[in-house]
Amino acid sequence: MSADVELQNVSVSFGNFYAAKNVSVKIEKGEFFSFLGPSGCGKTTLLRAISGFSEPSDGKILIGNQDMAGIGPNKRPTSLIFQNLALFPLMSVADNIAFSLEVRGTGKLQRRKRADELLELVALSGQGDKKVHELSGGQRQRVAIARALAIEPEVLLLDEPLSALDLKLRQKMRIELREIQKRVGITFIYITHDQGEALTMSDRIAVMNQGELEQIGSCHNVYESPCTPFVATFVGENNAFYGTVSAVDGDMVNVSADGNNFSAKAGDLGEGKKYTFKKNDKVIMFVRPESIFLKDQNNQADNVFTADFKAIEFEGNLKNIYMSINGKQNVRCSVSNAVDTTVLSNSKNVELKFSSRDAVVLPVGPLAVD
Amino acid sequence: MNYFFNKNGPLISTYLIIAISFWLVFLIIIPQLYMFDLSFRPNIPPLLRGGPDDVYTLTHYKHFLFGSETSGESYNYVDVGVFKDTILIAVLITLINLCFCYPIAFYIAKVASPNTARLLIVSLIIPFWINELLRSFALRILFAGEGFINNVLLKLGLIDNGINFIAMDVALYTGLNYAYILLMIFPLYNAMETLDKNQLEAAEDLGSSMLKTHFRIVIPHAKAGIASGCTMVFMLTAGALATPVVLSSPNTFWFTQLIYQWFNMNDNWPRGAAYSVVLLSVSVVFVLLMMKIFKVKIGEIVR
Repeated sequence: MSADVELQNVSVSFGNFYAAKNVSVKIEKGEFFSFLGPSGCGKTTLLRAISGFSEPSDGKILIGNQDMAGIGPNKRPTSLIFQNLALFPLMSVADNIAFSLEVRGTGKLQRRKRADELLELVALSGQGDKKVHELSGGQRQRVAIARALAIEPEVLLLDEPLSALDLKLRQKMRIELREIQKRVGITFIYITHDQGEALTMSDRIAVMNQGELEQIGSCHNVYESPCTPFVATFVGENNAFYGTVSAVDGDMVNVSADGNNFSAKAGDLGEGKKYTFKKNDKVIMFVRPESIFLKDQNNQADNVFTADFKAIEFEGNLKNIYMSINGKQNVRCSVSNAVDTTVLSNSKNVELKFSSRDAVVLPVGPLAVD
Repeated sequence: MNYFFNKNGPLISTYLIIAISFWLVFLIIIPQLYMFDLSFRPNIPPLLRGGPDDVYTLTHYKHFLFGSETSGESYNYVDVGVFKDTILIAVLITLINLCFCYPIAFYIAKVASPNTARLLIVSLIIPFWINELLRSFALRILFAGEGFINNVLLKLGLIDNGINFIAMDVALYTGLNYAYILLMIFPLYNAMETLDKNQLEAAEDLGSSMLKTHFRIVIPHAKAGIASGCTMVFMLTAGALATPVVLSSPNTFWFTQLIYQWFNMNDNWPRGAAYSVVLLSVSVVFVLLMMKIFKVKIGEIVR
């Protein structure tokens, strides 16, 4: 069984401080939904409100169309996986998993049977008699998932459960989490500050900043059509060109920045609408580093400009080239490792290009702090 | 040993070794051994000590069990009775103390905000700046026939005549319970404090009731603290002297009062020593029993 979760104008305040402000979102049945944001943005607060550990100071939380006000965490059809997993260290793995059945008075044999089923689901068959500390980090992760699934929740809430793992294991667990979600078919609400995790696993993402929702959309939508400068810079890398509008032609906007005149598309406002700009509006144009090419690369591009080479950074699969225009405007361009960049070193006036389709113009606003 | 010296430097290492050895050998081991030895010696004037009459004897232990040789009783029902009552009541008081302190310790460790917790700890400690004897007398005043509690109850019309709390030993049990609560609360608090709050929330999220969470999560986690608090409270209660002297009814004797009598009033040190050894042995058995029940090692208890 799976349930949808609806937040209606939910605010959570501690004294005068609003940890979450007027958040409204409808999470569909069986969806893998992520709240993505920097630490302190209020995402954990929201998760605690959904799980019932705190009550919203305003607004409503509906799970399966039922108002959750006044219903404690042990009575909600949700199950929470804690950031530190909070497994019970003095119990065996099987006892951990069957704890929820034990407190409901289920018999020993039945508990064991259910624990074994769940262990199989998370690929840990035969490990039930071990103590928690005998398992590896990834295995503990799976025990936590199995324990949370034992109560057959309609919604599984995950509070950055992968953050303690090392990179390789994290990448593996992402895939496993997604697979488990598909197998059990229930709604997953995932909290993370790691955009990679959010983008790889989620059906939809809500980007949060300072207690407010900035944008809700599919992974592609959030990455390719950010609605705010914060989203543009928090999700993935981005070059921000500050400038003014010199001309508007339908959805295309001409931006003059640091002596260059660029053509770019107007950013999405959400709900299918686009921002409308007037001449002389102050704007930021965003171009992703992977959308900027060196002049002799074989890509379509209608914007051409030059910048001074500053540094190159080797990241393995790709190289980051750092440049600046007039010493003020920094430009970062990411190219495949296969591209020959030896000619660039110490050269002034590197010729660069990008397509107007890959550039987004947004009104001036705060960027994600780097 | 080498490691110890290297880590602390020669000066501090020597000081630590001398200080701890002095404490162990001169203040604990030698007096206890002396007491143990004394308990097997006859009660003879100092002049005769080391003489032909100074031979090891079990007479004091026999006296504890069977009374004086001239008495016709099958066993020393007075002394054994006092001993049995002392131990049973000390066990009972330890249990009451545990039930009483557990919620307080849990509240301070896991529920209260840091500021409230500090305030509570301070207000627990401050009354203990007052000497145990004075606290006992204060309780005696409260519980006296014309005391505060009786007056309040009479004023409220809840009772018609004053209750003799002293004769009923209510005052004694209250006093003994109160005397050592800190030694129960702090080990419990220390143990509970290290419990991850997420564990409690996880249990709640999985549908566990408050009571079940305590039995399955909190108590197993805090068992070393529970064992530690229980052993300390038990030992100190069984070995208390000032509180029973002040608060017990004329008919109630605490075993320590008997020991005191043998030493001070009857001038029979060997018999007092024998009675002390009996009390100490039972206390040690109690510690071992607690360790067995809670499946903790001695190292965990003292933590």
